[in-house]
Amino acid sequence: MTLFLLKRIAIGLVTLLVASMIVFSVMEILPGDPARLMLGMNATPEALDALREQMGLNAPVVERYISWAGGMLTGDFGRSFTYRAPVIDLIAERAVVSVPLALIALTLSTAIAIPVGIFAAARRGKLGDTVSMGTAQIGVAIPNFWFALLLIYVFAVWLRLVPAGGFPGWSGGVWPGLKALILPSIALALPQAAILARVTRSAMLEVLGEDYIRTARAKGMPRRKVLWRHALRNAMIPVLTILGLQFAFLLAGTIIIENVFYIPGLGRLVFQAITQRDLIVVEGVIMLLVASVILVNILVDVAYALVDPRLRARS
Amino acid sequence: MSTEPTSPPVEGAAHFVRAAFSNVSFVTGFATTVLIAAMALVSFMWTPYDITLISIADKQLTPSVQHLFGTDHFGRDILSMIMVGARNSIAVAFVAVGIGIGVGVPLGCWAAARGGWIDEVLMRFNDLVFAFPALLSAIMITAIFGPGAVNAIIAIGIFNVPVFARVARAGAMALWPREYILAARASGKSATLITIEHILPNIASILLVQATIQFALGILAEAGLSYLGLGAQPPMTSWGRMLFDAQTRMMGAPHLAIFPGLAIVVTVLGLNLLGDGLRDVLDPRLRRAR
Amino acid sequence: MSLLEIEKLDLSIGKFEILKGVDLTIEQGEVLGLVGESGSGKSMTALTLMRLLPDLAHASGRVTFDGVDILGAPEAAMNRLRGNEIGMVFQEPMTALNPVKTIGEQVAEGIRWHAGVNRKDADDRARAMLDRVGLPESKFPLSRYPHELSGGQRQRVVIAIACALEPKLLVADEPTTALDVVLQAQILDLLRDLVDERKMGLLLISHDLAVVADMAERVTIMRHGEVMDSGETGRILTEKAHPYTRQLAEASTHVPERTPLADGRSERPLLEVRDVTRDYAGRRRSLFSKPEPFRAVSGVSFALHEGQSMALVGRSGCGKSTLARMILALDRPTSGSIRLFGDELTTKSENDLRPARRNMQVVFQDPYGSFNPRHKVERLVAEPLHLLETQPSRSERRERVAQALAEVGLSAGDMDKYPHEFSGGQRQRLSIARALITRPKLIVADEPVSALDVSIRAQILDLFADLNSRLGVAYLFITHDLMVARAITDQVMVMHEGEIVERGNTASVLDNPQSEAGKMLVAASPDLERALERRRFARV
Repeated sequence: MTLFLLKRIAIGLVTLLVASMIVFSVMEILPGDPARLMLGMNATPEALDALREQMGLNAPVVERYISWAGGMLTGDFGRSFTYRAPVIDLIAERAVVSVPLALIALTLSTAIAIPVGIFAAARRGKLGDTVSMGTAQIGVAIPNFWFALLLIYVFAVWLRLVPAGGFPGWSGGVWPGLKALILPSIALALPQAAILARVTRSAMLEVLGEDYIRTARAKGMPRRKVLWRHALRNAMIPVLTILGLQFAFLLAGTIIIENVFYIPGLGRLVFQAITQRDLIVVEGVIMLLVASVILVNILVDVAYALVDPRLRARS
Repeated sequence: MSTEPTSPPVEGAAHFVRAAFSNVSFVTGFATTVLIAAMALVSFMWTPYDITLISIADKQLTPSVQHLFGTDHFGRDILSMIMVGARNSIAVAFVAVGIGIGVGVPLGCWAAARGGWIDEVLMRFNDLVFAFPALLSAIMITAIFGPGAVNAIIAIGIFNVPVFARVARAGAMALWPREYILAARASGKSATLITIEHILPNIASILLVQATIQFALGILAEAGLSYLGLGAQPPMTSWGRMLFDAQTRMMGAPHLAIFPGLAIVVTVLGLNLLGDGLRDVLDPRLRRAR
Repeated sequence: MSLLEIEKLDLSIGKFEILKGVDLTIEQGEVLGLVGESGSGKSMTALTLMRLLPDLAHASGRVTFDGVDILGAPEAAMNRLRGNEIGMVFQEPMTALNPVKTIGEQVAEGIRWHAGVNRKDADDRARAMLDRVGLPESKFPLSRYPHELSGGQRQRVVIAIACALEPKLLVADEPTTALDVVLQAQILDLLRDLVDERKMGLLLISHDLAVVADMAERVTIMRHGEVMDSGETGRILTEKAHPYTRQLAEASTHVPERTPLADGRSERPLLEVRDVTRDYAGRRRSLFSKPEPFRAVSGVSFALHEGQSMALVGRSGCGKSTLARMILALDRPTSGSIRLFGDELTTKSENDLRPARRNMQVVFQDPYGSFNPRHKVERLVAEPLHLLETQPSRSERRERVAQALAEVGLSAGDMDKYPHEFSGGQRQRLSIARALITRPKLIVADEPVSALDVSIRAQILDLFADLNSRLGVAYLFITHDLMVARAITDQVMVMHEGEIVERGNTASVLDNPQSEAGKMLVAASPDLERALERRRFARV
């Protein structure tokens, strides 16, 4: 178990290292001189040069990579020229919006999907199964941003129950902040829940066809008890895989959803930074997102091991 | 014993067609997909209105007999726009799936055939690509190399590569220990020849199912990119682009957003149903589980 | 009244009729053997009396267990019956246990459910039961998971689950088919003892007449969903009054006619294996220790002459299949040499192996997995022609395929069919045709008849014998079944834990084994004649 975990962490670190090289080189080959971008077209060559020197742009590539990557390790993500602030501050300020949004969405999606999937599997072929899986099939097909537009139209414009967008910050209390996140998290969660419900159902059905289910039934355990005691835990293995993948999806989803709702989160930050070519911000946020995806994948592996004793033994 | 497989995987084309057309998912999905494809093709020759003509007098008309889905902020017929937009949405997703299959399948087959460190490296590389949230990287790529349909294709295509590599590898790995592959090896056939003769035909069905799923995801991704203004650029249009234009005008004219969105939903739904149906028909193991 | 009475049981699944008017009874404490080939409906009979049939199944007739009408009982009543009054043991121990629950939980679960005792008492009873089935606490605490146990040990857990509540009837559906002969003998002994000491009825389902003859007082023989013959075991199997009973009994002990091999047909050996060893990378025990390699084959040497038929026997996992793969150059030895006609194979490139490959071909066990389901017979059987220096023309190719098909008793018209259009036995013929098409001097056959029903098995053994006499092709027969070795080979080698521990003339080795491993194999192998003999003595 420890060996397994150490190996996963080592692989994760190597992945992160390679990812940082890729991100750095992509930014490196981009057209455009950051110093000129910052100072504008009318800057004097002397001023440009001074700024380049100050930003360390004249150093060799390897040196710059090391100082950039090393800086990130110590929490120094560099300075944004558009916001004229340290990137780490920008990230911290935005993360308090994005992280709750992603977590609420993930919780919502899991809380809806897994019971629905189990319910549908237990009633395979019956009306409840057909209706819930039909709904899920449609849910999978709905783009989350379009769903967000519909939600805004119905609940904000028409019924005026919640704000149509924007974010008041947490300073005015938890409720106004949460209220602003209701629609965005629903828009993010429901299409994901549709996918997860389908996966849960098919994993359950797969497991219910296994020999050990028959063994349990031959013991005299009623169908429903077998479903909960024997099938569920085995079915969680594929469900965990999808949950891990969905986390990455949710992160990306926040980029679009935060734009639909004008929410000042990480997604909106990175999107604006890309359009304004504020590369240091883009690099920082991407590395942070990649690191969190890798971390979640490690957590998923740990969860596998908790569910499945065969993996626990693999050490 | 009665647990023996009763239906072998291949029973000829005639059987496949019969099985496919008695599967509700397949029929619905197939019909929808054909309909959308036909709509896109027809748009090359005919649309109800010419979408290059701007008529401000007719702007943002609600749906009526003349304009079934209404008109947009330039007075263009939305039905005609959706027909033309279908081309782009479909083309982007189609080429992106092509890239995924063209690069991913050979890679996956190669990894499965060679095993060892080649396999390990390829799979680690796959994990690496998976660590980048796909849409984020697509946004990055299109933002860096400029918005447009071609860059959108490349961005979506790159993320299809590891998906197909993984599916092809898993399928091929399951086949390599089979006795008929061992028999082929005992007949002196090379790994390449065995892959072509035995592996590919037998993983074609799972690849096909994956292709319909990726196609659907491609449509959604293209819509997402265009919605952020990073995909199709005017005068080109696509469903996502129409939603981008509709966004700020939602309050007064919700139909601007409803119809292109419905076009996406119907197409993706159709493709997913087609994929589900194909899986039911092609994979007897899963058929049992349903 | 009998413990179990089945009368005129009909069963259909969808539009398929599975059982037709099955009659069967079991008395308290009696062992009934239910015998039949694939598709005879014997497993479905068992699932019917447990009422664990697939959703679409429809049963009619009368099934009475201890006064309870099984077909009409409500589900709750069945839940009280299953596990408590009727226990069931299944064929596949590897998948019969829930991988995420400990063996203790799985045995105790039924006890808690039926006996309504608390966790501690249930655990104590589970512990006692596991001790009884031969899984002592010291090595098998309740906290073990199924994956930490071997197949035979897992089957013991399944038996513990089935017998934990001392049911009146135990149903065992091919309980030893997935195990090797030595484990089979142990599990059968355990079942016999449990049945004796607890006065349980036992419905033992098997395809193997010898196993049933050994275990059951009465036997019921089924075919295509109907009962063919039924009665007292010794009488039924000795008198063989029913034609199908006779057919089955004769097929199980069938020995093909072979023209004995003229000794010393050639001086130079066809195949020479010297000091062959194969290591596999083992699992790392801890972070800092080196992974210990696992030695699958260890210092094996032997020679095989032209036209000779040699058996390689041993328990499962003894390394016999690994050795076969190395001989076929599908795997390379860690050390040692393998020569065909004096030509070293182990160092050759795939391209240089072509002439050797023409001379040795392979027949595998699984008649379903041996063919690419998407190709037609012509292409499948012609596959080894790829090894020829010059590729034959289309018509030449068809001619050679037709000839190979004729050789194995199939017709040229079968060339344009797909493999699924053939039965298991016919597919094994196709497999042999494919192996023959390059006119090899050696065929390595890895358990070629163990997946076949007995009557089909007899036919395929005849075919092997015939080809050996007619074409002079040499065999290396890998098998766990001593009957097969006896029927078809002149020489035998006994393999145990990667080593050849005994070798010699087939009849003399199997009649009078010298090595421990050999003795164990012979003692454990079911033998119809011996079983019937014992039964006769027991009666006298």
